Amino acid sequence: MEPPAVPEEEEEEEEEKEGAVPLSMAPGPVGCQLFGYVGIEAVLDQMKIKTMKTGFEFNIMVVGQSGLGKSTMVNTLFKSKVSRKSSQPGQEERIPKTVQLQSITHVIEEKGVKMKLTVTDTPGFGDQINNENCWEPIINEQYERYLREEILITRKRKIPDTRVHGCVYFVPPTGHWLRPLDLEFMRRLSRIVNVVPVIAKADTLTLEERAEFKQRIQEDLKTHTISVYPQEDFDQDPEDRALNDRIREKIPFAVVGADQEHQVNGKRVLGRKTKWGIIEVENPAHCEFPLLRDLLIRSHLQDLKDITHNVHYESYRVRRLNESNRPGLSPLNGLPGKGEASSHL
Amino acid sequence: MSKQQPAQFTNPETPGYVGFANLPNQVHRKSVKKGFEFTLMVVGESGLGKSTLINSLFLTDLYPERIIPGAADKIERTVQIEASTVEIEERGVKLRLTVVDTPGYGDAINCRDCFKTIISYIDEQFERYLHDESGLNRRHIIDNRVHCCFYFISPFGHGLKPLDVEFMKAIHNKVNIVPVIAKADTLSLKERERLKKRILDEIEEHGIKIYHLPDAESDEDEDFKEQTRLLKASIPFCVVGSNQLIEAKGKKVRGRLYPWGVVEVENPEHNDFLKLRTMLITHMQDLQEVTQDLHYENFRSERLKRGSRKIEDEEVNKDQILLEKEAELRRMQEMIARMQAQMQMQMQSGEGDSSAVHGHHV
Repeated sequence: MEPPAVPEEEEEEEEEKEGAVPLSMAPGPVGCQLFGYVGIEAVLDQMKIKTMKTGFEFNIMVVGQSGLGKSTMVNTLFKSKVSRKSSQPGQEERIPKTVQLQSITHVIEEKGVKMKLTVTDTPGFGDQINNENCWEPIINEQYERYLREEILITRKRKIPDTRVHGCVYFVPPTGHWLRPLDLEFMRRLSRIVNVVPVIAKADTLTLEERAEFKQRIQEDLKTHTISVYPQEDFDQDPEDRALNDRIREKIPFAVVGADQEHQVNGKRVLGRKTKWGIIEVENPAHCEFPLLRDLLIRSHLQDLKDITHNVHYESYRVRRLNESNRPGLSPLNGLPGKGEASSHL
Repeated sequence: MSKQQPAQFTNPETPGYVGFANLPNQVHRKSVKKGFEFTLMVVGESGLGKSTLINSLFLTDLYPERIIPGAADKIERTVQIEASTVEIEERGVKLRLTVVDTPGYGDAINCRDCFKTIISYIDEQFERYLHDESGLNRRHIIDNRVHCCFYFISPFGHGLKPLDVEFMKAIHNKVNIVPVIAKADTLSLKERERLKKRILDEIEEHGIKIYHLPDAESDEDEDFKEQTRLLKASIPFCVVGSNQLIEAKGKKVRGRLYPWGVVEVENPEHNDFLKLRTMLITHMQDLQEVTQDLHYENFRSERLKRGSRKIEDEEVNKDQILLEKEAELRRMQEMIARMQAQMQMQMQSGEGDSSAVHGHHV
């Protein structure tokens, strides 16, 4: 499913279908019957060519304690070495003293479609003895930059979009419950960013343990009213809802990451080789990595971007503009105000 | 076990035979009758496989009615100490095993105060033993001191976390630390080697003193020496715990069943479980000895030094206390004298008016 980018297009398409009034806009223009081929549908091709030329931007953030396989997972997702570790080979893994945000940008191409992929990593998250407020550096910078660009008087034709479209949160496979740190972080972040929780290094859990763990996590999320992606409130129509419900049953995905290939039954597969067997990453019977990949890339990539732009960013903007109307705060009327945006959580 | 010559009652008529070669057998018989006591503490974040490993090691279910608490409960809780004791018997030898669990360790967002509870528990046990040892009746001292601490390191990280380092540094002078990596089926062999090496480097870097297996004596046989060498080379142990019986290659083994294969607990190629068990069993005595000779003595000398220093501080108040006590003593003596006088008067007056006695108040 591909929700179109421009609302007007949608209306025209709907009218083409037997002149029925589109469901999303009740008192709209009257539908007309076409008695021949006009060529309106060619607009789809035009859109396609245009987007292929400009390319896509996708920003993904990975959050979790060190050693949960975040960098490997990103490499596996995009089948190329796009993670922070691949860009700094040979560096020994040291836990930094404070949480840092490190972004690496790559341009990857597939069948003529270019994607500018930015992966933001968060080394140091959750590794200290005292992890209070370790989420603040992650939250603060998010939308401010884009907002400032947007409200300039003369603004760029295409504002560089550094907003994080999806945040993959890695839960350690303890098999028990979510830890206080996990809950706290997901609660705060799911309000401003699309959070996709995954169970990292899931090859440590048997299938029953996995099912139990998932159920407990789902209960936990419901009890604390944390709405992770795909959020129920943003389902647009029953079709969407059915599809998303199927996904929601499986959240969080139990994933295994691997960047090495092995021979299995004559084919080369990505997997982890151990003494007791080979764990195939793309085998749905072994782990749910294909589901994660499909969600993030094949089916919901545009949706992630849309929700980030239409929902999260808008609510941030409203909050900021309301705040700036109150006296004593930095003005948001395009003049360079002083002071960073503080976390409103 | 170190091999000894089986008990032989040499012909008493052999010249030069005294008979005290029989002593080890007597000790052996006495200790078998008395039974052994061992206290093992397990520390680590929740979900690292501690309880499963303990159950697997001792082939028992130490936590039959266990409810794993959810995160909401964990937020408010501080670290708890839960000690469960079981009596295990094997071939006539009784072992009274106490496992001290520390739920809540490492769970909170701020773990700064995590180890205070644990350290005070260890100190308390030492304190109690010291008190019993200095007491008058020393026949039945119960030894609840912690003989060994299994510290669980997460297999998901790249080595030691800051919390691990801090905790081990805080207790390495009080208890024998044996670092363990559980849930080792998440690591391939190469990753395991890397992790082990990393951990050992970091332990050395921070000056943490973990328990070192004693070298085999030169008069032990080669097998034993080889075994000790292998054990020493495998620290920290990467183990997998399980008590489920799985069918694998025609026989039933304890293991974990995955879609891609079966991990066998007792297969030395799969993990170091057997090594850990061997180490624990063959060196139980040594662990107790080190606790007694090194850690307990450290504690005792510190405590006694501290104890005498405390007395000096209190001397300032002593005089005051003495005065007060003397005053109280005088008052009591006066009261006794008065009561005696009253009794005498009562006897003299016989059936006299008792109300006259009540006339006197202080």
